[in-house]
Amino acid sequence: MTADQDILTIAADWKNQGLDVAIATVTSTWGSSPRPAGSQLVVDGQGRMMGSVSGGCIEGAVVKEALDVMQDGKPRLLDFGITNEQAWEVGLACGGKLQVYVERLD
Amino acid sequence: MRRDLLNEILDLKARGEPAALVTNLATGAQDIVTATRTASKLDLSITDLAAARQALTDNRSGEIEAAGQRLFVHVHNPAARLMIVGAVHISQSLAPMAMLAGYQVIVIDPRRSFASAERFPGIELHHDWPDEALEVLRPDGRSAIVTLTHDPKLDDPALTFALRSPAFYIGALGSKKTHAARLARLQAEGFSEADCARIHGPAGLDIGAKSPAEIAISVMAQLTAALHHRPTR
Repeated sequence: MTADQDILTIAADWKNQGLDVAIATVTSTWGSSPRPAGSQLVVDGQGRMMGSVSGGCIEGAVVKEALDVMQDGKPRLLDFGITNEQAWEVGLACGGKLQVYVERLD
Repeated sequence: MRRDLLNEILDLKARGEPAALVTNLATGAQDIVTATRTASKLDLSITDLAAARQALTDNRSGEIEAAGQRLFVHVHNPAARLMIVGAVHISQSLAPMAMLAGYQVIVIDPRRSFASAERFPGIELHHDWPDEALEVLRPDGRSAIVTLTHDPKLDDPALTFALRSPAFYIGALGSKKTHAARLARLQAEGFSEADCARIHGPAGLDIGAKSPAEIAISVMAQLTAALHHRPTR
């Protein structure tokens, strides 16, 4: 069993338990992003999370977006990095840039 | 993501069949590409489908260049496999470490007192002779084989099989002297020097490892480097 397979299994388990579930996936990286494309974070309606999309720099912000995605069901493509004005709050300290796709598990 | 697609991905993984989930990042539309499936719901061009299948082969998730649309290909390949020959003390550390690193781990040892469920909780055990077990397991290009028994009766048949396989890593424990004698035996069996150079021996990076767990770390590090094509010698 791989780490990424674990995440999808957890997502399926949480959904089976009747929880709201969103999955965040790194789609693109530039520079020194800590986690490669395909890395995943699964979030439930209480903000509980497993997995990772960075070294812990942006997970908090991704969880916040994931909760919104669970509400309206619209997937989002999020930008993180030093060129983003958000970076002052939730950017990558290492200077990398990445995009994260957040979708609801329906 | 729809629940049925997630279940299909998990099923394909469990069956050991490489699969990619392709997402149109603009519309959220998703479907699965495998050797036989074409993500028909996405109506991919021949070029895009070829790019998605190349990502499967390369085991690399990422966006592909598609005409007018952004497509993300998420590769869900079966886990790489580590076949450990010898259910010895080092294996008791190496097996769980490799599982943490994402490998499917199999321990092979005909000596049942060594390869016991008590010593290897949760690990797949094979009690056949190593070459027979490997024949069943069919190591491929995402397989690694490490021999740890120190006993030529067990290690040599495993290495003979490993050298005829496309395994990405072959390692053999034993001192430099033991390894030289091993290579001489394999060459006497007809393997060339180049064949034998595939064997990492003594297995593991030179980090001064002494205890079984430390030796397992050194093997795990070398295995990791091999998986990511970073030569360590």
